[in-house]
Amino acid sequence: MNVEELQQIAAAVEGERAQYEYEVNVCMGTSCLAQHSDRIREAIEKEAAGCGKKCRARRTGCMGPCAAGPMVLVEPAGIRYGHVLETDAKEIAESLGRKPVARLDPQLGSYFEGQHFRVLENVGHIDPENVEEYIARGGYEALVKALTEMTPAQVIEQIAKSGLRGRGGGGYPTGLKWDTVAKVKGAQKYVICNGDEGDPGAFMDRSVLESDPQRVIEGMAIAAYAIGATKGYIYVRAEYPLAVQRLTVAIQQARRRGFLGNGICETTFSFDVDIRLGAGAFVCGEETALIASIEGKRGTPRPRPPYPAVSGLWGAPTLINNVETFANVAPVIRKGGEWFASMGTARSKGTKVFALTGKIERTGLVEVPMGMTLRQIIFGIGGGVPDGHKFKAVQTGGPSGGCLPEEHLDLSISYDALITAGSMMGSGGMIVMDDTSCMVSVARFFMEFCMTESCGKCVPCRAGTVQMYELLTKICQGEATRRDLEKLEELCEVVGATSLCGLGQTAPNPVLSTLRYFRHEYLAHIDEKRCPAGVCEIGDARRLAHDAARTEVHA
Amino acid sequence: MSDTKTLATVWLDGCSGCHMSLLDMDERLIELSSQFTLVYSPLVDQKVFPEHVDVTLVEGAVASEDDLKKVRKIRDHTGVLVSLGDCALTGNVSAMRNRFGPEPVLLRVYPDGQKAPSTGVPALLDRVRPVHEVVPVDVFVPGCPPSADTIYQVLTELLAGRVPTLEGVAHFG
Amino acid sequence: MSAEANIRTLTIDEVDISARADETILEAAREHNIDIPTLCHLEGLSEVGACRLCLVEVKGARRLLPACVTRVEEGMEVTTHSAKIDRYRQMVLELFFAERNHVCSVCVANGHCELQSLALRLGMTHVELPYQYPQLPVDASHPRFTVDHNRCVLCTRCVRVCGEVEGANTWGVMGRGAQSLVITDLKEPWGESETCTSCGKCVQVCPTGALFEKNRAGTKTAKHPEFLPYLRIMREGEQR
Repeated sequence: MNVEELQQIAAAVEGERAQYEYEVNVCMGTSCLAQHSDRIREAIEKEAAGCGKKCRARRTGCMGPCAAGPMVLVEPAGIRYGHVLETDAKEIAESLGRKPVARLDPQLGSYFEGQHFRVLENVGHIDPENVEEYIARGGYEALVKALTEMTPAQVIEQIAKSGLRGRGGGGYPTGLKWDTVAKVKGAQKYVICNGDEGDPGAFMDRSVLESDPQRVIEGMAIAAYAIGATKGYIYVRAEYPLAVQRLTVAIQQARRRGFLGNGICETTFSFDVDIRLGAGAFVCGEETALIASIEGKRGTPRPRPPYPAVSGLWGAPTLINNVETFANVAPVIRKGGEWFASMGTARSKGTKVFALTGKIERTGLVEVPMGMTLRQIIFGIGGGVPDGHKFKAVQTGGPSGGCLPEEHLDLSISYDALITAGSMMGSGGMIVMDDTSCMVSVARFFMEFCMTESCGKCVPCRAGTVQMYELLTKICQGEATRRDLEKLEELCEVVGATSLCGLGQTAPNPVLSTLRYFRHEYLAHIDEKRCPAGVCEIGDARRLAHDAARTEVHA
Repeated sequence: MSDTKTLATVWLDGCSGCHMSLLDMDERLIELSSQFTLVYSPLVDQKVFPEHVDVTLVEGAVASEDDLKKVRKIRDHTGVLVSLGDCALTGNVSAMRNRFGPEPVLLRVYPDGQKAPSTGVPALLDRVRPVHEVVPVDVFVPGCPPSADTIYQVLTELLAGRVPTLEGVAHFG
Repeated sequence: MSAEANIRTLTIDEVDISARADETILEAAREHNIDIPTLCHLEGLSEVGACRLCLVEVKGARRLLPACVTRVEEGMEVTTHSAKIDRYRQMVLELFFAERNHVCSVCVANGHCELQSLALRLGMTHVELPYQYPQLPVDASHPRFTVDHNRCVLCTRCVRVCGEVEGANTWGVMGRGAQSLVITDLKEPWGESETCTSCGKCVQVCPTGALFEKNRAGTKTAKHPEFLPYLRIMREGEQR
């Protein structure tokens, strides 16, 4: 494969497209597919043929505004439809080339304003199971360029220059990591893509894998070339069957086109990728636990050092990056590190994909430049809190992160700013809460998550999360004392300081951040036996709730 | 009499082994008796807990309504409250029923439709608890039972006006 | 490489010491009679760094480091005891005691238990955290040995000695979090295990009364894990 061949493929794809006057793109993301978008696509194709329109209805990946799904995008006019039903197919087909169907307007408002698509540039535009369409949008140019024009050191130099940092949550400089693995001597090295996304409310990696899998494969291949690896693994949760299926197809197509396998792009570089499925353990997102899991062992973390860069999979030097990190690689190589670094803040470059969920008008997948404020994302893109409720907090970073209150809405998103504020970037989950959310219950929810996901290897996490969960339950039930609160804070400190891996070390974060910003809610539960948000049933409220439930039954 | 301190000992849910250990101080009891006045104990006749006691040794876990009432009252009328032995400290054997709750325990004692007495005996708590979970405790003396030497050390330290530290001296079991 | 090049000098609790480059902080400390508490560590087995009792402060390190797996480095300044570390260790120990049913007075290992003596050594006189009282099984199906999960601290010494030394791999861990359990084979009764050689090594390395030999009580329940380092040395000698 060389540049000319890539161009030929792109031309063929364009030639195919030119045969059609209209293109109706139908989202085949999990959320839309669950609402039968596959049948909607078939219906539109049939109806369009029926009324003699030169139209093809295509499968694409996630278009972003999941709450408005099933989503349909009509090209070349660029008209978006939301909440589409199978029965709308005829109307959509007939409207091609005419006035759009007004009642199907998804009401996206300012959803796309300020968004900037790099990782998601192809998402919603290409068929995820068609490598040629990926190529037509510049796919694999970067790999060809890296292999034929650049040395491994030059590749790493560009990545380092780009300022790209790990998108899995830690924010470790990607270039530095690649450089470390590249410099470690080893006959066999591995590249691992961490797709074990497990934070509650997070679906960034899922959408990328489902919508643009080739992009991740290309990033991994470039990384393998840079560090001298010949074998890669994509570790995906088994709970993402669609992502697994599309990755499987993508790997087969990439092999067929010669982007994976022996002698890639007529060079001596060989690299292949296999999928490994996670069996539903959150802790397997921790790199050493993930590696143990790939090795067929129990998925538990081990102390570092040695870091995987030195001793990873089967003891070999191993590069492990997150899905979104790999998805950022190809454009860096194509356009250069400086181009990438031109966006973002001083120490956080490029864009970040967020899964916007919770009490928000427009739930969905968004990609914004680093440095954008929380307010812009939540109120601009997300459309704010629905039903006249008041914004209370936004949770970022999953169970390792924290809840930020209103006074932090103007915080510019970056790795460091979020940590300073008591939360973290995490992999990109962003859960919005309104005045109906009780912050103690929120902390308790995340603690329950950590407790059930603790692997059980080290005692602070295994037993400490149970103790913290029980104290939080006690507070929620209005049975706690100030002494219990002290004990909770002490446990937070000890579990955070003594746990073996990131899961336990960060498990106290949701408690600490809610204590920092919403201490008054804890105290209301403890001193006044009252839940300010009216979520927890305490004392009389508990009795009243039971009575109300009984009345409802009788009524 | 005026410069002696008052001492009480209490027996909650335990086997009285800690009290046996207390008696095991043998001739040292005589020495202590010149400095302590035993004002309330299973070992003496006094039925009402005095208004104020300087030091109270509590043996046993809190297992019944009666234990709970007693230990709260004792706390209110005691200067230095000493948790004596593993039952008071951890629940120990008394708390082994916590894995099942009181019902199966009663059923084991009163099988085949026999009725457990419901009047005249204190009701069992759902959960047996160490003393410090119920009232604040000043001194913890581990051991099942704590040795006579340990108890002697605790009492002489308290007499000397010091808080005894048993860290590294007495162990559970 | 000369012998000197393999030597590192460092301070542990402000004592100047030297150690081989491949030694851990724990090994170096113990050679110099500096006490660092451990529970999952056992000489002769691989390290897992799970009990968190050997955490020490290393100047310049962002976090506390487990002494059992952290290699010595030139110029390292290690602190093994401070008010903070002692407080953390106490609470970690409390967590151990509270999570299962460690009733020392009626335990076969009373007087020979590493958890019990750690409480004494670290000055833990009582547990402030509420006890969990989980319902856990006892498997006495093996003719010679019993496993009592109520006393298990999940140190995985049994798992390691069975895999690394005996080579039987009978023991494993199932479940996660507080539900974790050491199991024989695929949770078959120990007495029915086809892989168990009944060598008893797991019993000897178990720090508590979780694994014990039947028909033994009191002073006879003392464990003898000291066979391990010798066995290792003998085997390594054979392989050379």
